[in-house]
Amino acid sequence: MAVVATETPFHVLAVDDSLPDRKLIERLLKTSSFQVTTVDSGSKALQFLGIHDDDASTVSVHAHQLDVAVNLIITDYCMPGMTGYDLLKKIKESSSLRDIPVVIMSSENIPSRINRCLEEGADEFFLKPVRLSDMSKLKPHILKSRCREHSQQDQEQQHQQSDSNSNDCSNPTNKSHSDSSRKRKAEDNEEILPQKNRPRHS
Amino acid sequence: MDYTNLRRQIISMKKSLFDQGYLDEQFNQLEELQDDSSPNFVEEVVALFFKDSSRLLTNIEQALEKYPQDFYRLDSLVHQFKGSGSSIGALRMKNECSMFKAHCNDRNLEGCRRSLQKMKREHATLKQKLETYFHLLRQVGPPERAVNSWK
Repeated sequence: MAVVATETPFHVLAVDDSLPDRKLIERLLKTSSFQVTTVDSGSKALQFLGIHDDDASTVSVHAHQLDVAVNLIITDYCMPGMTGYDLLKKIKESSSLRDIPVVIMSSENIPSRINRCLEEGADEFFLKPVRLSDMSKLKPHILKSRCREHSQQDQEQQHQQSDSNSNDCSNPTNKSHSDSSRKRKAEDNEEILPQKNRPRHS
Repeated sequence: MDYTNLRRQIISMKKSLFDQGYLDEQFNQLEELQDDSSPNFVEEVVALFFKDSSRLLTNIEQALEKYPQDFYRLDSLVHQFKGSGSSIGALRMKNECSMFKAHCNDRNLEGCRRSLQKMKREHATLKQKLETYFHLLRQVGPPERAVNSWK
């Protein structure tokens, strides 16, 4: 069957230590037209992403050697060794990976857990068992992050006063996205300011 | 081969599995994911569950026999079991796992032992029933989903 692909499908890396769950998430993702890679642990996920546990905090060059770009990472929370939360932290600590949207899955509905993940930078939290209807929530996060990435590239290009305009994101709505994403960046920066330095009034 | 009769059997069996609480809505979700590109998906994922859960049952049994019992580890094993059980819609199994976890929490060894026996029975029963169900499905020929008309 000849299929003319107009664009490469988005690639999702799914992390889950449970074999039946891996099969399920893979099927859910494939049914939703994603390209899927599944791994059974956080450390294997990091390996696939091209970073190693020990040097995750440093700027990683390995990630640029990835054969296939990863557009989103979806991971189980409860895993032996490295939990989904630990994996999330490592991804956010990596300058080359932090912009990849991360979704956490868990069979337990624990608000403090959910909040902790979202605060650490997870884009979405799915309660297991994950359903087909949950899959439609993934693409917006991928597109949001891509537009943010392209707007950053635009800014860098302007700084360098580059002549060439090789920009992959030809989406006409990019401008509005980049405005809002830049604004969001500014807000993010404010949130990072250390709270403890503020004077406390009793 | 009487396909009408077979189909009726399949529908009736599935209804009974749901009515008796062996399966829940998640099983329907699995069947919805099955199509021409993945014609044996449900049977495959169920097979993976039974393979995985058999291993877990053995580990749980071993962990219970160890002295002193490591309730933290026991809870973790049952948690895994519960998770994958819920992924295939195994309702009774899921509920029995919750009971087991409660016993772990109370450090109630006898409760855990009783729960394990129940889990093993439920596990064997569900396996047998689903094997029959898939056998019936295969008999009607190319992949056919049981009709959800009675939902």
